Amino acid sequence: MSTAAHLLANTPAQLLPARELMAFTLASHILLVPLGVALPFVTLVMHYRGLRKADPVALLLARRWSAVMAVQFAVGIVTGTVLSFEFGLLWPGMMGRWGDVFGLGFGVEAWAFFLEAILIAIYLYGWRRLKPWTHFWLGAPLPLAALMGAFGIIAANAWMNTPQGFTLDASGKPVNVSVQQAIFTPMFGPQYWHFAVAMFLTAGYVVAGVYAVGWLRGRRDRYHRLGFTVPFTIAAILTPVQFLLGDNIARQIFHKQPIKFAAAELVWDTDTHVPEYLFGRLQEDGTVKGGLKIPQLDSILAGFKPDTQITGLSSVAADDRPTATQATIVHWSFDIMATVGSVLILLVLWYAWCWWRRRDLPKSRWFFRCAAVAGVASLVTVECGWITTEVGRQPWIVYQNMRVSEAVTPTSAGSLWTMLGIVVAVYVLVFGAFLSVLLKMRSRWRLADSGSAQELAEGPETDTPYGPRPEPAVGAPGTHRAPGSEQ
Amino acid sequence: MTANVVSWILLLAIAAYACGGGVDYGAGFWDLLAGGADRGKRPRWLIDHAMAPVWEVNNVWLIFVLVLMWTGFPVFFQTVFTALWLPLALAVVGMVLRGAGFALRKPTRRLAERRIYGAVFAVSSLLTPFFLGVVIGSVASGRVAPGTTASADVWANTTSITAGLLTVAATAFLGAVFLTVDARRFGAHDLVGYFRLRAWISSAALLVIGVIGLTVTDPHASYVHHGLTHGVGLVLVIVAVVALAVTAWLVAGTAAGWARYSSVAVVALLVAAWGFAQRPYLVPTSLTVQQGAGASATLQWMLIVAAVALVLIGPALVVLYRLDTHGVLEPLTDEDVAK
Repeated sequence: MSTAAHLLANTPAQLLPARELMAFTLASHILLVPLGVALPFVTLVMHYRGLRKADPVALLLARRWSAVMAVQFAVGIVTGTVLSFEFGLLWPGMMGRWGDVFGLGFGVEAWAFFLEAILIAIYLYGWRRLKPWTHFWLGAPLPLAALMGAFGIIAANAWMNTPQGFTLDASGKPVNVSVQQAIFTPMFGPQYWHFAVAMFLTAGYVVAGVYAVGWLRGRRDRYHRLGFTVPFTIAAILTPVQFLLGDNIARQIFHKQPIKFAAAELVWDTDTHVPEYLFGRLQEDGTVKGGLKIPQLDSILAGFKPDTQITGLSSVAADDRPTATQATIVHWSFDIMATVGSVLILLVLWYAWCWWRRRDLPKSRWFFRCAAVAGVASLVTVECGWITTEVGRQPWIVYQNMRVSEAVTPTSAGSLWTMLGIVVAVYVLVFGAFLSVLLKMRSRWRLADSGSAQELAEGPETDTPYGPRPEPAVGAPGTHRAPGSEQ
Repeated sequence: MTANVVSWILLLAIAAYACGGGVDYGAGFWDLLAGGADRGKRPRWLIDHAMAPVWEVNNVWLIFVLVLMWTGFPVFFQTVFTALWLPLALAVVGMVLRGAGFALRKPTRRLAERRIYGAVFAVSSLLTPFFLGVVIGSVASGRVAPGTTASADVWANTTSITAGLLTVAATAFLGAVFLTVDARRFGAHDLVGYFRLRAWISSAALLVIGVIGLTVTDPHASYVHHGLTHGVGLVLVIVAVVALAVTAWLVAGTAAGWARYSSVAVVALLVAAWGFAQRPYLVPTSLTVQQGAGASATLQWMLIVAAVALVLIGPALVVLYRLDTHGVLEPLTDEDVAK
């Protein structure tokens, strides 16, 4: 208790609302990131299939996914802009001191994002008038631009975890900045690949999950089959890859951020033959309450043999490491992430087995139930991964170089709590509206598929203050070609 | 040297955002004033139709401004975001509402809901540029210095408020001019006159607020005021006024397409005049470009990254604007996603 009181005494009052605001906005934004990074790729795969096999169903799916992409991308831009403002509104101390050391990654990201916004505008609005293959190839660089954007963001975050590429002068100001070293920090590689694969995998499971629900409700047509199979296969291929990458990053953390590893695994004293705890809660005195204890396993996982020495939390001063509660949060999110990853491997094995034996989707309803949950579970896992890396670094914003409390804005706690209240209210509205728009698009499409499109289109409410749109000038109804197809 | 180049790039990015983003905010401004659902039906249709393909691209300029600030001039970024916390916080809240309102209005069908999203979009289109203008005005007014903490008198003063109003007038002007041209482009001839009138009104408003801004200055702002009324700054201001007159003349004629360029020139010249007026300061008169510059290695790399990026983005941007102005970009209709 005395350490907690001591820590509280040292923290400015605005630290808590600032952290809550950052956590809330980032947690919200990160839900949109998988689709932002990888939905273009999933859509392009479907688009390619549609063009290659002259498949109208695949083209319809690709068109609908790009309609979703349009809304999702716009909301993502907005929540992303908020984050860049928050660097200044919440953490001016960090940007003022370190902006020129690690900011270049954001520069790369901004350019990549610019390119992505341009290409996405061409892709979304090109369906009707561009030649089908021209349209496809103009959209084809989208995944690369997305990967480049992720490069910049992860470079900045990895630098915060393992900062390097500078020396401190007498007044503690960073000098002799080496840009290459500041971008390619020790944690950069493991974080980048783990993150990039997570985005594609999650997008795959989320999209497939939508069609798994439709399948469970009895809509077992080719449309649902295709809408499920393509994204699920992408995700299924990436799942074992991610399993290896996840295992690798955990070991990299063990070597390069030992205190974070100790928090994730609830290791209190530096020791060999360290047991692995599945869940459980760390107490202030260093004991673990609850959870499943497996002797020796943590040492074996970290170094492949039981006498591997693991650094414990108590090896550094209390105010240089996460608190017991923070360590428990890190541990739980780490364990949830690992658990979900392992369960997804089983689901993929099931899928692969059926495909190998029968060239067909599994018949069991339980498979589709699990597949439907997999989308949500992957989103939860993305959140967990982010919590692990961020909370595990506490109390540092720049590991061992700047505390979160040194970076925080001098703006009063009251203003920040108010801002948090407004932002939460606005985000609830925005995300609620976003979901309701998606659901409405779904119902409209479902109605259209069941053939009652005409009734809907002629309903009284379609005469909006912003309509009507001009008739598409594509020719007589008989010669109308579906956008994106060659017929 | 590098720091100077980067500071000019920063000014260029601000000008690009003022023009690109300004057109968008202006469209929202006219959406707000378009009247009830019946009366505003046609103008709103045009606004929706004209701004959809490019608005996301326009808003990316703002991200550039922020990144250039914190990477190129970290202390400047820290200073501005600490001292001007409230207007920046309000601007970002406005931006969220605006983006979300616009994006969500499009796929919504119910009239009542579209009204709400539309109103949110329109009101925040007015407030966001106002507060961003206030921020620029406050920096120019000399009330900000490294170490200044957030307080109302940093930004609740004549210079700041005038700058905010000037920004709103500039966006309304850009929006009206572009919509006049778009009305012609989309064959909505009834709307040409409608937006032309608004282009004239907003030109006049811009001029009046500008003149007031230059005459009613407070003593804090004397450095920038001097810069705007002497030398290069004054020349740029005068050229901007000429461009404003040219724009007002062009929208009346048949070659209205050129009015887009001259209207962009007005806003870009005003931003340039501000930049020249506060040379060599980032924050007059407490932080110069040299004092605020980040590590030189980083600044050089920023230029390299920017050069590489321009090679990639230039062609893509050209393709986007060409396709857009040739009318090749069209949103998917309900029919397209229905079968």
